[in-house]
Amino acid sequence: MIELENVTIQAGGYRLENISFQVASGQYAIVMGPTGIGKTTILEAICGLRSIVCGSIRIAERDVTSWKPADRNVGYVPQDLALFPTLTVQQHLEFAMRLRDEPETVRRERVSELSQVLGIADLLPRGIKGLSGGEKQRVALGRAISFQPPLLLLDEPLSALDAETRKTAQQLLKDINSRWGITVLHVTHHEYEADALAQVRLMMNRDDSGAATIISSDN
Amino acid sequence: MGGISASFILLIVLLLIADLLYTSVDDFWTAVKKPEVQAAFRLTLITCTLAAILSVVVATPLAYLLARFKFPGRWIVDTIVDIPIVLPPLVLGLSLLILFHLPIGDTNLDQWLRDTLRLEITFNWPAVVLAQFAVSCAFAVRTMRVTFEQINPRAEDVARTLGCSRSQAFLKVALPQARKGIITAATISWARALGEFGPIMVFAGSTRFRTEVLSVTVFLELSIGQLDAAVAVSLIMVAMAIVVLLVLRYFGGAGLAEWTSNNKQHD
Repeated sequence: MIELENVTIQAGGYRLENISFQVASGQYAIVMGPTGIGKTTILEAICGLRSIVCGSIRIAERDVTSWKPADRNVGYVPQDLALFPTLTVQQHLEFAMRLRDEPETVRRERVSELSQVLGIADLLPRGIKGLSGGEKQRVALGRAISFQPPLLLLDEPLSALDAETRKTAQQLLKDINSRWGITVLHVTHHEYEADALAQVRLMMNRDDSGAATIISSDN
Repeated sequence: MGGISASFILLIVLLLIADLLYTSVDDFWTAVKKPEVQAAFRLTLITCTLAAILSVVVATPLAYLLARFKFPGRWIVDTIVDIPIVLPPLVLGLSLLILFHLPIGDTNLDQWLRDTLRLEITFNWPAVVLAQFAVSCAFAVRTMRVTFEQINPRAEDVARTLGCSRSQAFLKVALPQARKGIITAATISWARALGEFGPIMVFAGSTRFRTEVLSVTVFLELSIGQLDAAVAVSLIMVAMAIVVLLVLRYFGGAGLAEWTSNNKQHD
């Protein structure tokens, strides 16, 4: 479960005020709204990369508002994927597990399972250079869920994919959500993504005073 | 326009040709076989390498700090880093000398290091390394800063969400990407240390077989009228500089342009 309560974020010249919403455990939530309204900012605040002015953030029943990103246990796939250029695909999948000192047998098992589910088993020894957009996106996804986080944040993860790959990726995201019961918060501009994936919709808009608001509705 | 530019290239080429024509192969080998020149060559290699390693070790975290974080007084740190680049070399050497001999109670830094660590700095080889490091490190910081600024910080952000502390994100994600920049910074620092003369003369002196590096050899040979030997040693330094430039060209990119634009004449 993820819950934001009266969260205010100051980001450069603009301010998001009193943002509140709740997504139940295991649900797939789509966040939509006009460009520049602060969708990415909210994701960054949830995973701890951006500090908030006030309010509280609760993940899996725990108040993580003042926690460091490393302690929040949140999987995050940014829009630009931000893969590690010096690591292989396998090293990406093992990265978080190594930080958690998972035994090698556990690492090997999980990498094998993840790479099968994501369809990247053949890519494991390869570096990031030369991978297609779809392959890179799967690697970023695998890296984000490799440590079995209760919450996965996706920032326009399908925007760089062609129509065919996007459909496959959408199905993959559904599978990940249902297979591991991960709560997903997925930012997108596209209605068809929301139609295909959303169990909950979070619409961001500006009110009369210009402040960003968020309205939650079940799909 | 082309003619003006060509005149500079011509000047450099003519300088090298003049050096080559001035000396003969026999004179060159005679100079190279001198024990003091060989000792100076060895000391140059050792001190330049130590100064370059020290510079990279110190510059890398400092450059990362300047490239990634906004903190109070950042501009002051940024300005201080540049001081050795713009400071007249003799002033730098004098400042080092004063620092190590400034009275602290009934002792001074030089004396304290000698008494406690048995490390003799002033007018010994560590002074050569320190004088070289003082300038080289500034260039290494500039090079590493450009390197880190060219690396996307998002990867480090994501690493932090995966469980890394800030220092782990630096070590596991940023540093491996900065490999070429580190090699460039080390090479630039090494080259800068090779050309150092003024601070070494003031802080380390010019004692043969003890603090004499190749740049000092050129000066000493000149001062006793041994122009042939001075030119021969100069040619060795030219050869070393060319090797450094080839290494820089090979690794290309990060830092080279920055270094070139910052590399004001020191000695």
